[in-house]
Amino acid sequence: MHHSMRYISIIGFLILSIGLTACSNNRDGASATLLNVSYDPTRELYQELNREFKVYWKDKTGQTVTIRMSHGGSGSQSRAVIDGLDADVVTLALAHDVTAIQQNAGLIEEYWQNRLPENSAPYTSTIGFLVRKGNPLNIQDWDDLIRPDVSVITPNPKTSGVARWNYLAMWGYALQKELGDLSKIGNPDYAGEVAMAEAKAKEFVAAIYRNVPVLDSAARGATNTFVQRGIGDVLINWENEILLAGFTLDVDGLEIVIPQTSILAEPTVSIVDKNVDRKGTREIAQAYLEFLYSETGQELAAKHYYRPRSEVVAIKYEERFPQIQLFTIDEVAGGWHNANTVHFRDGGIFDQFYQN
Amino acid sequence: MTGTVTLQAKNKNRSIVQTESTTESPLVRWLLIGTALVFLLLFLILPLLIVFREAFSGGINLFFQALTDPDALAAIRLTLFTAAIVVPVNLVFGVCAAWAISKFKFKGKSLLITLIDLPFAVSPVIAGLIFILIFGSRGWLGPWFLSHGIQIIFATPGIVIATLFVTFPFVARELIPLMQAQGTEEEQAARVLGASGWQTFSRVTLPNIKWGLIYGLILCNARAMGEFGAVSVVSGHIRGYTNTMPLHVEILYNEYNFTAAFAIASLLAVLALVTLVIKSVAEVKITGDQIQTKL
Amino acid sequence: MNSLLTVGKNILPAKRSSVIPGFGLTMGFTLFYMSMLVLIPLGGLVLFTTSMGWEAFWQSITDPRVLSSLRLSFGASFIAAILNAFFGLIVAWVLVRYTFPFKKVIDALVDLPFALPTAVSGIALVTIYSQNGIVGRYVELLGFQIAFTWIGIVIALTLIGLPFVVRTVQPALEDLEKELEEVAASLGATRWQTFKRVIFPAIQPSLLTGFAMALARAIGEYGSVIFIAGNMPYKTEIAPLLIVIKLEQFDYTGATAIAVVMLIAAFLILLFINLIQWWNRRYSDEN
Repeated sequence: MHHSMRYISIIGFLILSIGLTACSNNRDGASATLLNVSYDPTRELYQELNREFKVYWKDKTGQTVTIRMSHGGSGSQSRAVIDGLDADVVTLALAHDVTAIQQNAGLIEEYWQNRLPENSAPYTSTIGFLVRKGNPLNIQDWDDLIRPDVSVITPNPKTSGVARWNYLAMWGYALQKELGDLSKIGNPDYAGEVAMAEAKAKEFVAAIYRNVPVLDSAARGATNTFVQRGIGDVLINWENEILLAGFTLDVDGLEIVIPQTSILAEPTVSIVDKNVDRKGTREIAQAYLEFLYSETGQELAAKHYYRPRSEVVAIKYEERFPQIQLFTIDEVAGGWHNANTVHFRDGGIFDQFYQN
Repeated sequence: MTGTVTLQAKNKNRSIVQTESTTESPLVRWLLIGTALVFLLLFLILPLLIVFREAFSGGINLFFQALTDPDALAAIRLTLFTAAIVVPVNLVFGVCAAWAISKFKFKGKSLLITLIDLPFAVSPVIAGLIFILIFGSRGWLGPWFLSHGIQIIFATPGIVIATLFVTFPFVARELIPLMQAQGTEEEQAARVLGASGWQTFSRVTLPNIKWGLIYGLILCNARAMGEFGAVSVVSGHIRGYTNTMPLHVEILYNEYNFTAAFAIASLLAVLALVTLVIKSVAEVKITGDQIQTKL
Repeated sequence: MNSLLTVGKNILPAKRSSVIPGFGLTMGFTLFYMSMLVLIPLGGLVLFTTSMGWEAFWQSITDPRVLSSLRLSFGASFIAAILNAFFGLIVAWVLVRYTFPFKKVIDALVDLPFALPTAVSGIALVTIYSQNGIVGRYVELLGFQIAFTWIGIVIALTLIGLPFVVRTVQPALEDLEKELEEVAASLGATRWQTFKRVIFPAIQPSLLTGFAMALARAIGEYGSVIFIAGNMPYKTEIAPLLIVIKLEQFDYTGATAIAVVMLIAAFLILLFINLIQWWNRRYSDEN
């Protein structure tokens, strides 16, 4: 049985040595490694963008850069960075997940969102619909989703980032319909009117969720439920996901519908300050994020169905993105922090839909 | 030695042709086989067929392309490496635990067995979370390790530890009921006849528990390679770096790359079958050894 | 008489343990390794939960939504484990005792639910049992639904626990001494009587072990279930999903509170099963 003890110590040593090699990081001038922690639907975008950035950086500085990617649900990716995933940059689905890193672990500076142009969101998207071929139920706008004959697929806002955008799009649409002008929210002169509109909006969103037969835990799970399983009449999802699904998956049998009014979804990016300072990668990480705003970066975003910020690129891809009326989360829910406390926390408005 | 005598006797029993009295009527027999097959068809074979059908839906070329992709190869390497550490460690533990529990009497045995079972009941998400609470950068030991430049979670060590935890009970739980049923008479006889502790174990106990041991190993290995939930929490999902095969499957699936996803999944299934080949080889070898001892 | 028996039982084990070596070493290693890998981490989990205070803990676990998810998780796991015990026994029996075409292949396949990532099992199952699936569409004709209901959950949990019973009963059956059955038969027992009186008692500990393991594994399962469950609050929302939901809100203590409750419940169930085993063994030793 001495045997086994020796075994254990050998293995213990092995584990330790792997840990050590895993951590040795290369900081010689000729090469650098960046870790970009992102959310699920950006895989295709960053795959291509990283290739372009490598070339760009090599030309500019002569340095070879390796970019590692980590994808997952936006919330769980944020938690991983908080708990020690060594990200140089985060490119997540919502500002809230970046702020969580700042608040829970202090790895990011407080005013991170002002450090890059456009609220640190180099590309945007919105929320749209995917329907069955020929749109047999004639689903055109949010109002159609509360019809009792329509079955709606949207993931669970408690576990999925995009599902929160979906929810807030429904909410914002209802508020806008009731109020006509979203600037009334927060104005004490209209407090009564706003309260009534919110009650109506709550009923509206609840009516949509009554039509939801399956609450998938993540965005792509919902897409698969709709596309592969053939469940539901309409899928609510990122515009970029819908366009991608429209082109990548079996196109027959699906149609894209972008409603007249929807939410401006802003996926945000940031440097993880403490990590880049420790690793000495701040300069390259900064350049990487700025590259997203460059013409190449914007082109790639548009190519992968994200709405570009650059007007030049936007005009070039005009046909791809329908012109619709967009409201922001600040307008309809007073920012992410508020949205979470009012709508998504335990016992919040979303949970109330399912009580009794 | 008595041990060998008993073994011979047992082998003889195995070769006895089944007589009318110790088997069932053909009707009952086929009914049972039918029930078993229908059950396996619905719960096991159909899902497997789906996996293989999807894996080959793009043709054999796409299948092999998926397997030779550099990220896939990295995932396969990491998975095999993890299993290569986890299975032997849990094997040693399993044999020790089963020996202590089945060959001796002591108080609190049921409690000990229950504690061994416990990792099964821990939700994989929680299994991962536990090690984040310990080794995470805000965890109990994490800051110490990090200040010494050792990354445990979101790196290979974390994946190994999470897998060790998840597969912890397999070998032990496979062996305990078997060894309890066998009792201690043969070992006692061997000892009385002057065999050393190690000889008693390797010549008397080991041949008796070989089936349980092999099944335990197979299950442990299959689970070590297939574990998703706990590993997912501690891996960090860095492509080509900390993704195991199951995680890579999920990534591919989320890229709408269904063919590749199921190709890797089917490879996992095939890898699990490899352990069965090892089992068959072991089977031949063990019977060979017994013939040797007899002669 | 009774006391004599107890005295005898107390003397015998002392004698036994002196003959067989290695207790200190194997027990020492078992306890050490188990403490490092399981007990200390799980203890840490419990400790972490206590940081939320008793009241908050009680409130979070008596939430009706948490309770209904716990009921679902334990209930579905129990049904799945029963299914596995019954069919697993038949499968093990058939694999050990009979010969039939493709037996070796089927024997080999039994372990696969462990090797497949749980997400893959979930996806494969939903492909089969959803309303446009190979089996689901026929079940639909009969007027009920499998996927996205509790039945779907039971099916997923049965699949992931399937190897346990088969693989624990199999070695016990292989080990069974044939002459006992012959003796029983020669004494005039019918085949069913032999099974009930001779074979079943011999494999019963293994069967119970397999049942316990399948049950334990099912309680915590997450990956495969979420694909087929539908995840509707109060209806098809399993407890591990609620844990994930809490984590998404950075509510670590809330998540561990549910985990601790599940852990304790699972521990008690398993302890109960193991005590039955122990009691059975004692009982049979005395006879």
